[in-house]
Formats: sequence, structure tokens, C-alpha cells
Amino acid sequence: MNLLAIASKSIRQRSLASSLTALSVALGVTLMVTVLVIHGVVQEMFSQSSAGYDLIVGAKGSKLQLVLNTIYRVSQPIENLPYQYYEEVKEDKRVKLAIPMALGDTTEEGGFPIVGTLPHYFAQSYSYGKKFRIRGQVMQGKWHAVIGASVARQNNWDIGTKIKLVHGGMDDHVHDEEFEVVGVLAPTGTPNDKTVFAHLSGFYLMDGHDKPMGEALDRLKLFYPEEYGNMTVQQLEEKLKMEDEASHEGETEEEHAAHAGHAHAHSLPDELKEVTAILVVMKGDTIGQQTLRSAKFSAELSEGVKAQAVNPAYEISWLMQNIVGNVRTIMIVLTAMIIVVSGISIFVSIYNSMADRRKEIAIMRALGARRQTVFSIILAESIVLCTLGGLVGFVLGHGMVFIASPIVESQSGFILDPMKFEPIELVLLPSLIALASLVGFIPGMTAYRTDVAKTLGG
Amino acid sequence: MSLLIQDLKKSYVEPDGSELPILNIERFEIPSAEQVVLVGSSGGGKTTLLNVISGITSPDEGIVAIDNHNIANMSEVVRDRFRAEKIGYVFQTFNLLPAFDALENVLLGMSFSGKGNDRKRAAELLDRVGLSHRLNHRPGQLSVGEQQRVAVARALANQPSLLLADEPTANVDVANQDTILGLIRDACTENNVSLLLVTHSQDVASQFDRVETLSDFNKPQKQEGETE
Repeated sequence: MNLLAIASKSIRQRSLASSLTALSVALGVTLMVTVLVIHGVVQEMFSQSSAGYDLIVGAKGSKLQLVLNTIYRVSQPIENLPYQYYEEVKEDKRVKLAIPMALGDTTEEGGFPIVGTLPHYFAQSYSYGKKFRIRGQVMQGKWHAVIGASVARQNNWDIGTKIKLVHGGMDDHVHDEEFEVVGVLAPTGTPNDKTVFAHLSGFYLMDGHDKPMGEALDRLKLFYPEEYGNMTVQQLEEKLKMEDEASHEGETEEEHAAHAGHAHAHSLPDELKEVTAILVVMKGDTIGQQTLRSAKFSAELSEGVKAQAVNPAYEISWLMQNIVGNVRTIMIVLTAMIIVVSGISIFVSIYNSMADRRKEIAIMRALGARRQTVFSIILAESIVLCTLGGLVGFVLGHGMVFIASPIVESQSGFILDPMKFEPIELVLLPSLIALASLVGFIPGMTAYRTDVAKTLGG
Repeated sequence: MSLLIQDLKKSYVEPDGSELPILNIERFEIPSAEQVVLVGSSGGGKTTLLNVISGITSPDEGIVAIDNHNIANMSEVVRDRFRAEKIGYVFQTFNLLPAFDALENVLLGMSFSGKGNDRKRAAELLDRVGLSHRLNHRPGQLSVGEQQRVAVARALANQPSLLLADEPTANVDVANQDTILGLIRDACTENNVSLLLVTHSQDVASQFDRVETLSDFNKPQKQEGETE
């Protein structure tokens, strides 16, 4: 019989105490594995969701808020930028792609965030090397919308569903206009799953989405003082009226009649449009070139008082290190403490049993077992208990993720993969063995020092 | 010669710090395959003598040679292995391990000798003591007599050259005493094993050709200057 077999016998002899101590280790490991897997998913979601863009351009304010609002659709938008500013960024020769984003509204059902954007949003990877997969099509018409997988599932929406939007802001009124769902995104594990993407053209045509003339002019003066600095509201109204009439020149009676009955048939003039943010991808043959260009471009934009361009990766890295990372550290420390307490309970269990087992140890010694052998048997017992508990905890942890994944996905949009292993999990088992060796040492020494003659009554 | 003891001294330190001599044996020997009974008064040092012979307790001085190997000179590690290989021990209280069944208790005796686990031999030994139908019973499921038979099988597991038996029939009912004793003696005869059996029982002692009284050859003396 080898040492492990002898140790296993002793464990089975005290099956209840052994099971309870192993279970306490298992629970500690379960918690730790769950924390690690969930944190891994959150970290991946945060770091990869912003991976497709070099910069986010938005109004001056909190950089983190701009990223959180634009990419993760949490927190409130800082302020908006004039649509012309988007045009300006788009036309910059260093910019490969600029995607406008208008945020603020939510769905009437479920309260999902609405993003007014353009179809090419879906042409860009949403994460490293991951392209959007769409059932149906992207928005072609101005009243078309694409919905995320979680939105479709939770609201039971599909292609053809007509949806209404709740206006963001103080009044919370429901817009009369309806968007039609033309595409459903496959799950991405990113905030896109919980978002409705409305065509920006339709978004602007909704009641209340046109900037009041006075406010629009104030903002234009701020951004373009040379062009609008001395303009009055009346002059702006005149300018827009003239531009509108010019745009209808050459139309037939039928063409004009086709949209004359609709309150918002005329497209909104650029001066009255706003974007919340602009996602920017820089031109460049290499990543280094792109990074350099984006840094320079960002510095140029941020020089003015109007706008800022932030690198989402930097902001998320800061968030992960300083906030999410700390939470993770606290959780890991707490679960590690649970495991240490479990280790102590193994120590107490084995140590308490030593009084009863001195005779067993003495018998083994009398049969020829060396001191090191009985020490090893006790140590093996501690290691077997810890390892068994650890393995059970491992299975339970991933099992818990497996059970929780549909619930978490439906509640938060996070896709938890129960088979996903965090590299740090590899350290768990050796750590447990080290802990077991530590807690088994003192009982092991008690066995080592057992006086055979005295114990056997000599 | 299976066992040779020469100029052996062993004493214990009492709580007040004074020495209490237990053993002082000039010479004692057991030739190969001889069966010897040792009798003596309680507290006379019989069990201490068995512990010294088995290497469980170290002597203060002297020679304890088994098969011409002086275990008193051996390091503890070597002595442990030597005990496992050369000495069988049958205890008064059997000392079986409760978590292990009969077969495993016998195998356990083999585990520490380095001879490996010979399940076939363990089963044969249990068959020899009449327990072939009880191989997988734990000590708690065996009668007192059966437990002692397992202990005998375990003591013989490593084919020792010397078997030490400390009151092996003291806790066994009268009906089983002769059976146990017969088993021990027959097994020793069959395997050419020397036997040193400690007993209080005159009935047991009377069955042996050589009966030694410990006090006849053990003369523990207090050191000079100490009061009796």
C-alpha cells in the first residue's frame, strides 16, 4: 500500500469531517473560479469593445465619460458636437473612417439605448478581428433599424417589428415616428447586444431632434466663429430657407408632393443637426503609423476649447487598472481568505484527529514505518483533502458559470463561457498544494515525534 | 544465532531527574528457530526488553544483535527498515488499524519493508490462520480471537527471523488461547522463525521447552551513591 492509499483510508475513516473540510475548500475555490471567469469576461468586454477604433471625438469634458457613453452606452452624454464638425473630421485626409453617433433616446419597451448612426458602423470590426454578423440587412432607409441580440430576445422583436423611441432628456415623451427592424445582430458579448441602431437620417427627422435655432447658432458660433460669429437667428433662418429652396430646384410636382404631406419630409439642415460622438479610424499602413497619427490628431483636436479626441484603449486601460482591477483584487483577496480559512479548518480537523490517531501512527512505526513516512502520510492526507476540494471547486465554479451564463447574458449582455479558463486558475492548484503542505506540517510533525513505546503502553 | 543480547543497559529518567534502571542484561541469546517463553513480574521490564529488541526503544549501551546485525548501532532510519524486514511483533491488544480490513492490515505490514504488496501471500497468511472468509472484514467486524489471528498473520507477513509476542493470549477467551498459541508456534516452526513470547500465564509457559524468568538474567542496579 502506498502513502496515498493509506492517507485515503484515514480520510474515509473520518468521512464526515473530511467531506466537510474538503467542501469548505471547494466552496472557496468555487467562488474564486467564478470571480476569475466573470472578471475575465468583463475585462475582455471592456478591452475589446473599444478595440475597433483609434479615437473617439466628442465634446470637451470627462474623457472616461465620453468612452463609457459612446462605447458602453452607460453614463450620460457630455454634450453634443455640430454635425459640420463630424463632416470636418470625416474629410480630414488622415482619417480613414469617421462614424457619427447620436445617443440619448431609449426604446419604449425595455429601455434599451438607441444609437443613431450610419450603416458603415457595421462594416467596422467591433472587436479584434470580429466582424458583425447580421440576420437581415443593415439600415438602408431612413426609418430602418438594426437591433442587438439581447434586445431581440428580451423584447421578442424580429425583422419587421415596428419600434417607438422615448425621447432622452427631461420630458421622456414617446416619439410618434416608428422605426422598422430590418436586421438582428448575432450575439457579440459587447454592449452592442443591448443596443438599437437607428438610421441617423431618420433619427434627425424625429420631433425634438432638431436643435432650436438659437441654441444651434450659439454652438456654431463657438465652433466656427469666423462663419457664424456675427450672424443673428433671423439671418440663420434666412440662410437655411434659401438653402432648402435651392435643394428643391429642379424637382417635379410629383416628387415634391411625395414628401410634402410629411411633417419631417424635408431633411434637417446640417446647422440644426448634432452628433454625440464620432468614432474615428486613422489611415496608416502599420499600427505604429496609425497610433502616431491618432496621437497627433488627438492633440490637434484637443488644443481647441470645443472638442476632445480620446484613445478608448487608454481610458479603458485606466479604468481596468484603477477601478475594475481593484475590485477584482479585493474579490480575489476575499476568496483567497476563504480558501485560507478552509485550509485552517483542514488543519484543525487533522490536528484534532491526531489525539485519536497517535496509536495508529505508533502501530505503523512499530511495523517499520519511518518517521518521515508517517509525516508524509499526514501531509498526503492534507494534500488529498485540499486537492479534492480544489478539483470539486473547479468543477463547481465552472458549473456555476454554466448555470448562470443564460441569466447573466439576459440581464447584462455579458456572454459567460463556462469552458473559458483564466491563466491564473493554473496557479490555483499548486497554491492549494502549498497551503495543504503548510497546514499539514504541524500535524505531520506531531506524527513524526510520536513516541512509539509510550503510545503503545510500553 | 537469531538473537544475541550482551551487556545491555537501559534506564529511564524519572520526573525528579533521577535514573531508574530497567534492564541490565549481561548475556541472553536465542538460537535460530528456537521458541522461548519469558515470564516475570509486572513492571519488571519485559515490554521494555521487547521494545529494545525490536528497536522501538534504543538501549543506553550494549549489543542487541539479530541475525548478527547489532541494531543498537544502527541509525533510526536503518533500524526502522530492519524492524520491518526482520522482526514480527504481536501485541497484547492486537493493534490492528480500524480503517483497514484484514487483508489491508497484513499488506500494511509489508508496505514498510520495501518488499511491496504481495496480496497473494497476505491472503495465504490469512488463510493459514483460518480467516480466508474474512479477508475484507474490518477489525470492528471481527471477533477478538479473529483480530489476534490477523495480528499474527501481519507479524509473519515479511518472513521475519524473529517474532516477538507480548502477552498474545491475554485478551483472548480461553477457547481461543490454545488456537492462537498453536498458530503462532506452528507458523514459527513452518517458517523457521525464532520466537520470544512474553506471558503471565503458567498454562502458556508450560507448553514451551525453554522458559526464562526475566529476573534471573536481568539485574538492574541503582548507581553507586543512590539510595534504594
